[in-house]
Amino acid sequence: MANVGIVIVSHSAKVAEGAADMVRQMVGDEVPLAWAGGNSDGGLGTDVGHILAAIDAAWSAAGVAILVDLGGAETNSEMAIEMLDEARQKRIAICNAPIVEGAVIAATEASGGSPLDIVKQTAEELYPQ
Amino acid sequence: MTAHKASASHEETTRGSALLTNAVGLHARPSVKLTQLAKTYQAIVSVATEPTGPWIDAKSPVKIMRVKAPKGTTLYFEASGEDAVSAVAALVDLVERRFDEAEEEGHG
Repeated sequence: MANVGIVIVSHSAKVAEGAADMVRQMVGDEVPLAWAGGNSDGGLGTDVGHILAAIDAAWSAAGVAILVDLGGAETNSEMAIEMLDEARQKRIAICNAPIVEGAVIAATEASGGSPLDIVKQTAEELYPQ
Repeated sequence: MTAHKASASHEETTRGSALLTNAVGLHARPSVKLTQLAKTYQAIVSVATEPTGPWIDAKSPVKIMRVKAPKGTTLYFEASGEDAVSAVAALVDLVERRFDEAEEEGHG
């Protein structure tokens, strides 16, 4: 059974790449992982096309969990998800969790083979309700 | 550090303990390794920093990361289920191996 993939979406390419580095070093290679950061001009921002490419790169039969930073990262991730076919939309979840810690925790949960809803739920435990 | 394992049957709880000797204690990376290893077993596995608990789900990365046990803390393990003995033995071994990052200090 495939592990859930992790996508990191930040306004900053450096933040996104750095968070991805932490996941790789701390959790390992068992989870598909990709990031999108910065706008199409290389400045701060997020880009729907980049996010779609990251979703494709981290795609897994078990689905993909997305970690975002601020406002536009979330709305652009939602737009990217809307552009996918319905079958894939159902297998993507945006986690309401801090981007760096959430990515590490989600990947840790995913590396144990947990399904998407559990991966999301575990990352969201970081923000006590 | 020695570990104490005792199990009579599958129905009973297997226990073990190990001293945290790695420099950073149970911080981020060791927490990830501990939960990843615990998740490879079917058994229900719990961790505590006192022999009487409180017991924390060893498969929960968020809860384990919140333990923040420093070097010198004894970790107590409890497991129940078919592979409980192997689970406790593996977790004790992981702690005794210093999470395979013995000399990597400062990487919490």
